[in-house]
Amino acid sequence: MQFSEQWLRSWVNPSISSDELSYLLTMAGLEVEETTPAAPAFSGVVVAEVKEVVKHENADRLRVTKVDVGSGELVQIVCGAPNVAVGLKVPCAMSGAVLPGDFKIKPTKMRGVESNGMLCSGKELGVPDEVDGLLVLPADAPVGSSIRDYLGLDDTLFTLKITPNRADCLSIKGLAREVSALTATAQQPFAIAPVAAVHDEVRAVKLAAGKACGRYIGRVLKNVDAAAATPEWMRRRLERSGLRSISAIVDITNYVLLEQGQPMHAFDLAKVDGGITVRFAQAGETLVCLNEKEVALASDTMVIADDSKALAIAGIMGGLDSGVTTASRDIFLESAFFAPEAIAGKARTLGFGSDSSFRYERGVDFELQRDAMERATALVLEICGGEAGPLTEAVGELPVRNDVMVRTARVARVLGISLSADEIGQTLSRLGLPYQATAEGFAVAAPSFRFDIEIEVDLIEEIARVYGYDAIPSDAPRSRQSMLPLPENRRPRAAVRHFMAGRDYQEVVSYAFVEEKWEADFAANLDPVRLINPIASQMSVMRSTLIGGLVDVLSSNINRKQPRVRVFEVARVFSKAAGGFAQPEKIAALAWGPRAAEQWSLKAERVDFYDVKADVEALLAPRRPSFRAATHAALHPGRCAEVLLDGQVIGLIGELHPRWVQAYDLPSAPVLFEIDFAAAQDVVPVKAQAVSRFQAVRRDLALLVDERVEVEAMLESFACASSPIVSEVALFDVYRGKGVEEGKKSLAFRIQLQDMTRTLTDEDVEPVIAAMLSAVAADHQASLRA
Amino acid sequence: MNNVDVILESALSALATVADLVELEQVKAKYLGKSGELTGLLKQLGALAPDERKSAGAVINAAKQAFEAAHNARRDAINAAKLEQQLAAEALDVTMPGRGMGTGGLHPVTLTLERITELFRSMGFEVADGPEIETDFHNFQALNIPEDHPARAMQDTFYVEGGDVLRTHTSPIQVRYMLDNQPPIKIIAPGRVYRVDSDATHSPMFHQMEGLWVDEDVSFADLKATITDFLRRFFEREDLQVRFRPSFFPFTEPSAEIDVLGEKGWLEVGGCGMVHPNVLANVGIDAERYTGFAFGIGLDRFAMLRYGVNDLRLFFENDLSFLKQFN
Repeated sequence: MQFSEQWLRSWVNPSISSDELSYLLTMAGLEVEETTPAAPAFSGVVVAEVKEVVKHENADRLRVTKVDVGSGELVQIVCGAPNVAVGLKVPCAMSGAVLPGDFKIKPTKMRGVESNGMLCSGKELGVPDEVDGLLVLPADAPVGSSIRDYLGLDDTLFTLKITPNRADCLSIKGLAREVSALTATAQQPFAIAPVAAVHDEVRAVKLAAGKACGRYIGRVLKNVDAAAATPEWMRRRLERSGLRSISAIVDITNYVLLEQGQPMHAFDLAKVDGGITVRFAQAGETLVCLNEKEVALASDTMVIADDSKALAIAGIMGGLDSGVTTASRDIFLESAFFAPEAIAGKARTLGFGSDSSFRYERGVDFELQRDAMERATALVLEICGGEAGPLTEAVGELPVRNDVMVRTARVARVLGISLSADEIGQTLSRLGLPYQATAEGFAVAAPSFRFDIEIEVDLIEEIARVYGYDAIPSDAPRSRQSMLPLPENRRPRAAVRHFMAGRDYQEVVSYAFVEEKWEADFAANLDPVRLINPIASQMSVMRSTLIGGLVDVLSSNINRKQPRVRVFEVARVFSKAAGGFAQPEKIAALAWGPRAAEQWSLKAERVDFYDVKADVEALLAPRRPSFRAATHAALHPGRCAEVLLDGQVIGLIGELHPRWVQAYDLPSAPVLFEIDFAAAQDVVPVKAQAVSRFQAVRRDLALLVDERVEVEAMLESFACASSPIVSEVALFDVYRGKGVEEGKKSLAFRIQLQDMTRTLTDEDVEPVIAAMLSAVAADHQASLRA
Repeated sequence: MNNVDVILESALSALATVADLVELEQVKAKYLGKSGELTGLLKQLGALAPDERKSAGAVINAAKQAFEAAHNARRDAINAAKLEQQLAAEALDVTMPGRGMGTGGLHPVTLTLERITELFRSMGFEVADGPEIETDFHNFQALNIPEDHPARAMQDTFYVEGGDVLRTHTSPIQVRYMLDNQPPIKIIAPGRVYRVDSDATHSPMFHQMEGLWVDEDVSFADLKATITDFLRRFFEREDLQVRFRPSFFPFTEPSAEIDVLGEKGWLEVGGCGMVHPNVLANVGIDAERYTGFAFGIGLDRFAMLRYGVNDLRLFFENDLSFLKQFN
């Protein structure tokens, strides 16, 4: 909301500066977003009357004028404005004046003719108008007076961010009430007197919308001059409140809205067929609104109707057809109270709102309608003439204000300060909240203009606000202390991330909404979770895998000439699931480029599956995951595995499918993994084992097997035939080539044996090795390499 | 006996000129070997009279010992020189770069979150978490934001098929936590949140952190103290000016915006307030017995302030040149 400081100060004028006023409002919860001067700084400009205009002898486009600036002597000024004419009142920058932009006015000669000042346009004074040329002032502007005073330019425009609970501050009247309470300054008297009826024409008003319309006041005004000019003072206040002047009647309704906070509407009486009914829209009813939009009225939309049709959407916008125009002669003024619940949300549904709907949905004072009507009537009569008829008032169900209790002890408990009952009582008085003392505190009756005082804490907030948040101490809190749990079987989130950083991965953060195509490409997900209102088509579905984001990060960094990319992300992924959505958290990583950054002593080898597999194994250590060949939409079918822990699939690892390498224009394939974040956090608590003090025995076995035999399967066979004295079995070499038949490979295993109680002999070892050998021979046709 | 002196003298001078251990052993053999010169003298002792034999023997033995001492000294010197040479040859250019993997790093928002988490843990706040696709109930209604409430316009919401929303704030986490736990409750809840908004200062996805403390007698003064303490520790400035400005949030009352005084004036860094009794009632906590406060801050904003980043979008572009600065 924007308002003029001068206007506010005509209601309440505390002895504080504009800056202090701004701070006061902000610290009372009415945040001042911006203050701007009504006009830039300038000086030495007065109201002048043009007395004489003659052509400049040496220049076609210049005129030589003599103007009266109230000094007793006429001043000669050369002027180029097309609209200069004898008799006009215009602003005149006198010799010595300083205009905006530090433009100093000095006596000068223009094409040989003396000029002792400058006649000004609105633009030159920083108050642009629509006229081409000089700013033309009203004929009654007093010659010689300062233009700043005359136009009220020493004003500041305040832009407030009013929170939804403070609808009572959406008017000059409301702000004045607030400033008065905050500064303990009395308001200027402002009385609204009823206007006596001079004719008896009325329109019947019927309320047929239940609780939605609590009060409706109407009045017929006849023979108004709807084409009358809006007075300068009103136009200025409207403009400084951010509203454009439209026509006298409309301006008056807007003025009352700004001043009193009461939305008003003026109908052209000739367009109203019979009486007024406030009702909900009927099936199939439509209305073309003032903004020229045609609206199909929903059955929960309240309308103002006459005997044959809907005229306006109640509280939101009038109809184009029935609205007042400059040709209107008789008008029907409306001042009504509509319940916030009846208006709330309607503007959003319609796609447009108004200053009226903004106030109604937050709450308009339900005792204000009569005052507002009398105020508007008086202004119409003053500006447009005409004759007022009697008021027609229909009252339905108005809001009920129950007493709200506030306990002195509770104030202390919630705020952490102890206020005496007296102090609380004074605060309530200042806020204009009537109360009665009770045994424990106060019973407060919320006034009709407050819609945010329903329970005790609403009053505690008001007390805190007036007491000042600054004044509440911020001593260290005292509380019951206890230590936080620190489960050792659950690695802290930070530890997982730090581990990844330690393995040379950079953390990235990418959007959770992605292109639908990514879901198809990287997850074969044709039914992703779709957004109803995405911000852009490439962010229209929720991702079910982090792979797409990592590939995108890779691609953009390759474009930025990064030679090596290793990135990871921790985030939730989303998919449809029975009864809603599955949204588990994942950790995913991508490695691309050389294994190590280019340097002097390492061969530049591309990172491969086994490098990243080692990262996964290290990440999950001390748990030992197993890996099972698998296929996945995103990954190379021959270089992809599921990662398992205790037989449960917890993720996958693999090289990006060549199809996507090509489609996403990558120079070579990255290797990726994605696993459940919870699995990366799981740790098996350590249970220490006894360590043997006897020497270990090592046996190496080089075995020939078919190329397709997996090492993991061999290890499983070894394990089945194993004995308690086998302490480790590990693959230490793979050989293909000379001496090994095509289609076969030689796998060399190290088998370590050790006993807790004695040194092992050949008699202990040989049968165990023989059993293990025969197991792999039986399961995998493995033979000892000669 | 002059012969002994002559032999010893020539032996010592031979030792002095040897260059390596092979030559050294050759010299030793020449004098002390089986047919060495000193050995030869010893052999001749048997031919002397007993009284002469004794004194001649002593002289020869003295010469032999002198030779052996000189021999050992020479051997040590040769070995030392050899070692010296070897060490010199093995010297590395220690300024060459180390080998192997480098190190990665964490996203600046994560770094910020970790510091904040540590600070709040030190005061007994635990970390809570929750889903990002939320129900209208958890994101709005339980937080005292009924349908059509004007406050809904304060947060432009993403909707997913079926009517659920992408959480617009981390506050639904506190709702879930309070539904599952009775006071005392002391949590922080960081996470990604979503709003329909995108420009230099707004990202459609960003990071927030919610804090919640509910217990008997938690007051607005405790709120002020906790937040002020946190901000001063986070920014490591004991003199940081912190201001609490009345505001409105449907889920707290009294509510406040949190401002800190920066170089260019007051800067809004978060919102807070006393948990609204309706919210406590919605999650089954006795609002008469318990009071509490809640606050919310933008983690991205804190990261920007802390690390001097002036464009929010940099956090989501994932340009490694930008991110690696924080390693």
